[in-house]
Amino acid sequence: MSTADPTEPVKLTMARSINTALRDAMTADPTVVVFGEDVGPLGGVFRVTDGLTAQFGDRRCFDTPLAESGIVGTAVGMAMNGLRPVVEMQFDAFAYPAFEQIASHVAKFGNRTSGRMRLPMVIRVPYAGGIGGVEHHCDSSEAYYAHTAGLTVVAPATNADAYGLLRAAIESPDPVVFLEPKKHYFTKEEVNTAVPVPPIGRAVLRRPGADVTLIAYGPTVPVALAAAAEAEGLDVGVVDLRSIVPFDDETVCAQVRRTGRAVVVAEAPGFASVASEIAARVSERCFHHLEAPVRRVTGFDVPYPPPKLEQHHLPGVDRVLDAIDTLGWEDAA
Amino acid sequence: MPDRQETVRLLEPDGTAVPGAELPAPARLLEGYRALVRARRLNEQAGALVRQGRLAVYPSSRGQEACQVAAAMVLSGADWLFPTYRDTAAIVARGVDPVEVLTMLRGDRHCGYDVAAHRVAPQATPLATQLLHAVGVAHAARLKDEPTVVMALCGDGATSEGDFHEALNFAAVFRAPVVFLVQNNKYAISVPLHRQSAAARLADKAVGYGMPGVRVDGNDLAALLSVLDDAVDRAGAGEGPTLVEADTYRMEAHTNADDAGRYRDESEVASWAGRDPLRRVRAWLTGAGHLDAAAEQAVADDAEAMAAALRTGIAAEGPVDPEELFAHVYAHPTPQLREQRDLLRAELEVTP
Repeated sequence: MSTADPTEPVKLTMARSINTALRDAMTADPTVVVFGEDVGPLGGVFRVTDGLTAQFGDRRCFDTPLAESGIVGTAVGMAMNGLRPVVEMQFDAFAYPAFEQIASHVAKFGNRTSGRMRLPMVIRVPYAGGIGGVEHHCDSSEAYYAHTAGLTVVAPATNADAYGLLRAAIESPDPVVFLEPKKHYFTKEEVNTAVPVPPIGRAVLRRPGADVTLIAYGPTVPVALAAAAEAEGLDVGVVDLRSIVPFDDETVCAQVRRTGRAVVVAEAPGFASVASEIAARVSERCFHHLEAPVRRVTGFDVPYPPPKLEQHHLPGVDRVLDAIDTLGWEDAA
Repeated sequence: MPDRQETVRLLEPDGTAVPGAELPAPARLLEGYRALVRARRLNEQAGALVRQGRLAVYPSSRGQEACQVAAAMVLSGADWLFPTYRDTAAIVARGVDPVEVLTMLRGDRHCGYDVAAHRVAPQATPLATQLLHAVGVAHAARLKDEPTVVMALCGDGATSEGDFHEALNFAAVFRAPVVFLVQNNKYAISVPLHRQSAAARLADKAVGYGMPGVRVDGNDLAALLSVLDDAVDRAGAGEGPTLVEADTYRMEAHTNADDAGRYRDESEVASWAGRDPLRRVRAWLTGAGHLDAAAEQAVADDAEAMAAALRTGIAAEGPVDPEELFAHVYAHPTPQLREQRDLLRAELEVTP
């Protein structure tokens, strides 16, 4: 809900921050519509759309039949006809039936029409693991979207960004895949909804550091910050990408050049991943500033594991610290 | 709605009216005939342009022209048309310049016409995916209280796709103002209808969605106009979608790159030649005194003028700006695309 005094930061969960962004966007723009599975009277399985149908009516927030391709394909048509759909894929792995619509139409429509018709729509995806979920509920699917030209891919790590970047995504003229780290849905942080909507495509330095740069996005930003805090005798900085596409080479490379050492931290399996792309980009652009190879700390190249094994799979603080230890310190001046 | 078991027909293949048939007005059938002749000429001319190397490929709708023309004729300017790659003639019947439509197959760009201005979606290639977009346009119109009806085209092969199911189900649940016109032309490239579906009639699939399903003679323009008018009226009145199956036949191969001799007999094709959609309307119009030799000549001249303009327009090929590669991927090119554009620009400065 909108705060009584919008200039004052309030403590909100990430789910409530996203809910507030939806509510504020729907209030500001009557063309914004929200739909998906269980997003209506129930308010979504994570309660992200709680109360929207009650406040805006079932023409603005409504349940659909249970079919993800249908949800995204219908959103394409609604965007063609002047609305700004914000659709929810209930879980990361449940979005795969919609992949043909996303890859063949959502991503390509503006280009197909030579820019004469763009699709302002947002596909919200609760994603990634760490919740003890059963199979198909914990995938880190960002590489599929990031590899698909024409999609904007945003992955907030903080509740303030979840609010601000979703507002920006809804205002974008282009389709945005909005990846919500579901592990943090019920973490409370201060959010100030009165601050200007941040631009999509700009990373932020969450923690300055002179010795190593940790590059993270979404659910691994808190992991990187914790590792930075625990690194003994080293000044470790953390860059939060916030947006995977467009990628902020400028901010990332400026920080890596400052430190000469970098570790990318991401949950997804590392092979052919966003983490790999980042490591390659940083190596190409910062090579002469590097004191050691860019390391990747990622999930293993395995299907997302059952709950009792996920702590071994997810990149944690210790694995990040171990990677930092390998960055050639014996040669350091 | 007609009885579920029949196939609606108003004109017999020889052009005589079915007893008791309520035909569309003669002026409308004459307008339709003019459009049919243009559509046939368009198919011939586009095929010739492929053989001359002017177009990369052309999926012909010869034999299906009545479906193509009727789908466009029943719509108003506020309505939308969702065509597939085989529906070039329907787009032209809607009023889009054939040159603009065919620049896609010349290889200039993925869609040569202004989608919003004509309310014609880009021609869809992935089967049945466009049906969901049609539902979205229709549902958005309903939410905005706009009087828009959407005509969504697909073929018999597309009815096997998951998106066909999802689109019809969404449309029925939302009571979206959509008409789904399945041109059952009996083949999906080489695969015949009986390998596509075990249903006795594709129109029967409507039952499972809770919407009316009508089977119509797809080579009978009069019947198509009648059935599609009803479906459009029904959609416009807020009564929801209709599934229309048009019983027709793809007279040519899938495209010029296909060899239909590998999977069907000439005798089958010949039997369908006896049900030609143009000859049927022409016979009725002539017999009823609505089409004399002078009018027939005017219709032929009109089609020939369109073909000549198409030849000229397609031949007037201009260079495509290489920077078009990057210009429209996003509203504002990303820093990465700007870098790649600069790379290409530098390459072209060295070797233009």
